[in-house]
Amino acid sequence: MGSEATLFYLFGAVAVLASLLVIGQRNPIYSVLLLIASFGALSGLYVLLDAPFAAVIQIIVYAGAIMVLFLFVVMLLNAPHEDTDYDERTHPLLRPGPMRFGAVLALVLIVELVWALTKGSESGAFAGGSTSSVADIGRSLFTTYAFPFEVTSILILVAMVGAVVLARREEQ
Amino acid sequence: MNSVSSGTGIPLLVAQIGLTLFVFVALLSSAAGMVYVERKVAALLQQRLGPYLVGPKGLLQPLADVIKLMFKEELRPRAADAFLFALAPIIAATCAFAAFAVVPFGGDTTLFGLLPERLRLQVADVNVAVLVVFAIASMSVYGIVLAGWSSNSKYSLLGGLRSSAQMISYELSYGMALASVLVVANSLSLTDIVNRQANTWLGFLPRWFIFIQPVGFFIYLTAGIAETNRAPFDFPEAEQELVAGYHTEYSSMSFAMFFLAEYVNMVTVSAVATDLYLGGWQGPFLPESLGWIWFLLKVGALLFFYVWMRWTLPRYRYDQLMRFGWKVLLPLSVLNLLATAAGVLYFGSNLGL
Repeated sequence: MGSEATLFYLFGAVAVLASLLVIGQRNPIYSVLLLIASFGALSGLYVLLDAPFAAVIQIIVYAGAIMVLFLFVVMLLNAPHEDTDYDERTHPLLRPGPMRFGAVLALVLIVELVWALTKGSESGAFAGGSTSSVADIGRSLFTTYAFPFEVTSILILVAMVGAVVLARREEQ
Repeated sequence: MNSVSSGTGIPLLVAQIGLTLFVFVALLSSAAGMVYVERKVAALLQQRLGPYLVGPKGLLQPLADVIKLMFKEELRPRAADAFLFALAPIIAATCAFAAFAVVPFGGDTTLFGLLPERLRLQVADVNVAVLVVFAIASMSVYGIVLAGWSSNSKYSLLGGLRSSAQMISYELSYGMALASVLVVANSLSLTDIVNRQANTWLGFLPRWFIFIQPVGFFIYLTAGIAETNRAPFDFPEAEQELVAGYHTEYSSMSFAMFFLAEYVNMVTVSAVATDLYLGGWQGPFLPESLGWIWFLLKVGALLFFYVWMRWTLPRYRYDQLMRFGWKVLLPLSVLNLLATAAGVLYFGSNLGL
């Protein structure tokens, strides 16, 4: 096995293991930290794919910014343990609405994953040139992929407006 | 990403390993040196003598401090989360050292002809070096936040929360200031950025980016001080309000790791500022192989500025810090980036750069 393959299996194993452990934790702080470990391993995979820019952005945006906010919220809510208001022994179908909704979503996700993994992939090659060149990535982001790029910005705007609406106090 | 700068000869590999070790030891001793400088400069500004008993002019004081810290008892609150309590100082110290790996601190050298090929004075020449520095800086907040949370103490928790809020707020301006330099330099590699700053304008003014990006330099330095939690932005450990903030419950060597991380972070921020704005190892009078002397002088000046600020400016209020970060520094950095981009577009790349 070449050193690259060894590293691939190492990072891949860490990413999968950490992601599985994220949902197995009782303490949300550990879930957040394991998610960060998983992102770090993904970033390592990007480096192996010769995409250092994507790797560093993965760390800055996900591990550095978003997860800090997650940690911040978990600490502020001071929720050291899982919320277990319901009785563990009740039948899954009789549990509160949000949980049933979550279960349906999980089922949909499983179906999607199976479909995505079995349909066979098209060529995943990046059309805009070298993935290691930041200039190439930027150029194709603003030409070939301009539409998805702009749509993403609208998505983020919607999230921001939503946050403002939720955070604003009702004026009497 | 190339970890070895050029060539793969055995002597060069040995030199590369030696360089890595050298950087590590240099950072450690610079932290010790900074402790001494900080105390001496503080004494100077307050018309005191400072440390003078241990060794000639108190020069061995840092050593005495380290020995004292090593022999102290390691304490841990009973209600603390043992694993995270131990992990937090490790994260803090690791992030502090890791960031320096991509910082170039001198031109190519053959060590006075000892090496067959030229070696670059940089541990790892990564082509997205600027972003790596930024990424590691954004990871270092975890050390502080986890220390605050895992201690299970109110002061620590408040310190940790403050620190995460502060670092998130100032990271934006920090990133914008970096982006402005990238627009001017047209590269993400710190080595390239330094090389763009060679030579002079009109024969006497060095082509440092500080003259093109004065506002960017101000933003970078301010955000850098906030990122390293130094006065006047040292809210995570504001002693009048929080005892010692996130490291209240730490003692002995785990406290020393936080202490070390703070000083190493200062050195890294200053070194990156030198590379980005002050021309790195470029300077008159000295050949490029001795450029590291210029580099050390510039970093030393910035570190002195750090200490000077700490003992001159009083700490802000927390709401002032937040208002300044979001309502002054961030809009200013966005405007600076826009103006820089417009300038580069208008004048093209022949800005005399």
